[in-house]
Amino acid sequence: MLAHPDLTKLIFGRLTIDQLPLHEPIVVGTFIVVALGAIALLGAVTYFRLWGYLWREWFTSIDHKKIGVMYIILALVMLLRGFSDAIMMRAQQAISFGHNTGYLPPFHYDQIFTAHGVIMIFFVAMPFVNGLMNFVMPLQIGARDVAFPFLNNFSLWMTISGAVLVMISLFVGEFARTGWLAYPPLSDIVSSPDAGVDYYIWALQIAGVGTLLSGVNLLTTIIKMRAPGMTLMRMPIFTWTALCTNVLIVAAFPVLTAALALLALDRYAGTNFFTTMLGGNAMMYVNLIWIWGHPEVYILVLPAFGVFSEVTATFCRKRLFGYASMVYATVVITVLSYLVWLHHFFTMGSGASVNSFFGITTMIISIPTGAKIFNWLFTMYRGRIHFELPMMWTVAFMITFVIGGMTGVMLAIPPADFTLHNSLFLIAHFHNVIIGGVLFGMFAGVNYWFPKAFGFRLDPFWGKCAFWFWVVGFYFAFMPLYVLGFMGVTRRLSHFDNPDLQKWFVIAAFGAFLILLGILSMLMQFYVSFRDREKLRDVTGDPWDARTLEWSTSSPPPKYNFAFTPLIHDNDAWWQMKQHRYQRPLQGFQPIHMPKNTGAGMIMAGFATVFGFAMIWYMWPLAIVSFVALLATAIGHTFNYDRDYYIPSDDVARVEAARTELLASHV
Amino acid sequence: MSPSGDLALQERDLIIYSVVLMLLIIVPVMVLIVLFAWRYRASNKDAHYDPDWDHSTMLELLIWAAPLLIIIALGALTWVSTHKLDPFRPLDRIAEGRPVPADMKPLEVDVVALDWKWLFIYPEQGIATVNDLAAPVDRPIQFKITASTVMNSFFIPALAGQIYAMPNMETQLQAVINKPGNFEGFSANYSGDGFSGMKFVFHALSNDGFAQWIAQAKASGHALNREEYMKLVAPSSNEPVHRYGTVDATLYQAILTNCVQPDSMSCMPPMKPADAGAMQTGSDANGMAVAPMSHSQ
Repeated sequence: MLAHPDLTKLIFGRLTIDQLPLHEPIVVGTFIVVALGAIALLGAVTYFRLWGYLWREWFTSIDHKKIGVMYIILALVMLLRGFSDAIMMRAQQAISFGHNTGYLPPFHYDQIFTAHGVIMIFFVAMPFVNGLMNFVMPLQIGARDVAFPFLNNFSLWMTISGAVLVMISLFVGEFARTGWLAYPPLSDIVSSPDAGVDYYIWALQIAGVGTLLSGVNLLTTIIKMRAPGMTLMRMPIFTWTALCTNVLIVAAFPVLTAALALLALDRYAGTNFFTTMLGGNAMMYVNLIWIWGHPEVYILVLPAFGVFSEVTATFCRKRLFGYASMVYATVVITVLSYLVWLHHFFTMGSGASVNSFFGITTMIISIPTGAKIFNWLFTMYRGRIHFELPMMWTVAFMITFVIGGMTGVMLAIPPADFTLHNSLFLIAHFHNVIIGGVLFGMFAGVNYWFPKAFGFRLDPFWGKCAFWFWVVGFYFAFMPLYVLGFMGVTRRLSHFDNPDLQKWFVIAAFGAFLILLGILSMLMQFYVSFRDREKLRDVTGDPWDARTLEWSTSSPPPKYNFAFTPLIHDNDAWWQMKQHRYQRPLQGFQPIHMPKNTGAGMIMAGFATVFGFAMIWYMWPLAIVSFVALLATAIGHTFNYDRDYYIPSDDVARVEAARTELLASHV
Repeated sequence: MSPSGDLALQERDLIIYSVVLMLLIIVPVMVLIVLFAWRYRASNKDAHYDPDWDHSTMLELLIWAAPLLIIIALGALTWVSTHKLDPFRPLDRIAEGRPVPADMKPLEVDVVALDWKWLFIYPEQGIATVNDLAAPVDRPIQFKITASTVMNSFFIPALAGQIYAMPNMETQLQAVINKPGNFEGFSANYSGDGFSGMKFVFHALSNDGFAQWIAQAKASGHALNREEYMKLVAPSSNEPVHRYGTVDATLYQAILTNCVQPDSMSCMPPMKPADAGAMQTGSDANGMAVAPMSHSQ
């Protein structure tokens, strides 16, 4: 009998039946709904015999377009999870006054705001940005795929693996209760002995591998695979922002990996990097995490700026104003983003000179950002502005973002930050720039490039509903937080004493409800667009009369993107081709060399998920086995020499002839 | 944003100045966005359309120069105000036009953020309280701030801006309260389960009122020695006010160096006097958070 518990412990580590939240009605309810949804989904996939299709055409696909779409699907799914957390927080804060302690005890509330932050940044904003870059950038530079197509598939699945671990934490054990950056000493093994912080560490480490490799991949693609004639200063602005973002990813993510690895060593191996004893110092973690964290903000927002640049030029039917200064502004922001990290902790007691230095560098970032706003503004000047959905999001962004920029500069003044730091003013500020900047940009991008990806436009009616609910909802949800911040209300509180504050929280909760309607409208928009896809069909490949190269191919583009690699003469390459009455070549097609699908990426990420789960629960044998399996698969894959094929010229000719026919039917 | 202390007042004014300065550029931009969006809508055929106009050196100089000028002004304001309002810097005035009298010594309060309550030690008066803070009006206060386990932030919005409270490290806040009253104080940095209840009242009192407040603590008869502290350290939420009539004079230093239990593994060796002196000037000159262990090796 004595050997039995030891064996159980060896296999299951510290995971016991008590870790399943069977006594928590809310969690059990959520689990049942999620489980029923999953069964229905799996059932439907089985019933319609889609497993083979999904495996062949999507899961194992190394086509950058499909990988881009899968990233965005991941972002949308995780948006639903992250938003559920948001609306639960808003509801808690709206009712938890005086004797009413609300419906969420700190144990749950603290997990929810941590999960909300982690999910929204790592598993919504990042996959969104990565998805758009993956889908759009190779098309914009006239490439057939990214530089390392298999790596791209592996990156996607590693990101998904991280998301899966976060989702598992909802039902097995708990998530971190430390805030989204898990500052020690709160996140060390003494203050947080449970599995929550370990879920946090391993989810981010695994997803971080994907992000870093994807950064290397896209960076190489932009540097090495541009079509002939596309010099750096002829790259579309979105590609420029993708270049800068991937430089930032490659330089910043290793810092996150290192910081989390040191934290993991403190927790697992008893080291003292960030503890309060034996010379450890938590301030090092805070510095390291923000040396990654501040560039991360620009990793997210630069591609959004890229989207706005493309959208503004396209829908104003006009060349982008100040292309060169737009490029320089992007590069300046890229460099400066490494010189401002300390502004996240002016209140840690650095001296006045250090604080002033970082305050002023932060303000300097607003100069190139301001120049960008002016560039979009003067692109609109003397344009012919077509207010389609992407342009509506862009105008909403411009107005919203200047408010967020202003509050950001306020926070950059150290003495002002002493009163506003960690308050709801800060919360309002970064939601103002991340929703108003990044998310609006992603929504503009999705509406803009959707027809390119699927061959039909998105329904404008439901799109407009989503737009108005989101924009109005944003102002209702976050303007009250600015007010509360001025009143000195701090973040992450689950209960309040002062009844005067309640009205503001109720308004904010109403705003969150409007955003919920916005999200539902978006889902409706996808459904209605799919239903009416014949009506919304784009046969030309260029539904917006756009300017860059991706619009010169069909919608959706063929597997090989371009039958012939285009020659570039202008930074608005496709616009210039149209001006010169470009004729598609109709013959002389060559066989096209393409990479072959592989399941290795998904299998490796699957082992990584098991490895992460085993490490979280101290299941050492399983951790060793899964890690060895992961390495073995990776090494095994290097012996797979059957990784490319040729599309015969006849097939290319057939595809191109079909497009010719389609184009003719339109005219 | 309803300051009752000189620092909080100056910080509020700084926020107002900076907003006004930025509105100089923000407002025209917002107006232009709406104006251009309306004027150059596709259906307005009267508007001038110039599809190839994409560069104007003058205009580009202007759009880089305008934000640059604002930022130069703001940067200067930042440099000056950050030095003037540095929380480590001893006060030179009680309020506008009222310099600190030469013979007035600041009131020292040693602050320890515990899980999840605040301990205030008054070394001069030899008393201590939990979750209750008081100071006489118009006398500079020197807070020395540390924490027992995790990071918190010491914040009384009406008095002055916040500063982190970190274990094994000491930060400072030099401030003064100008109006009598009861003000809320709390932790502004999330620190775990009991964080929401980590509040206290800050009483700004007359000299007499402050003396009475001290006497009230003295009359409580409780003593804060190391054993009592070890009991107090145990995590608790929504802790009521405690008062201690006497306090171990070495307790604060012991907390700061992790030596409340001298045999504990994490206790840092006591500092040599020379090091302690260097540390003190270091903190004055650079205002750096002091980590005692880094000087003791």
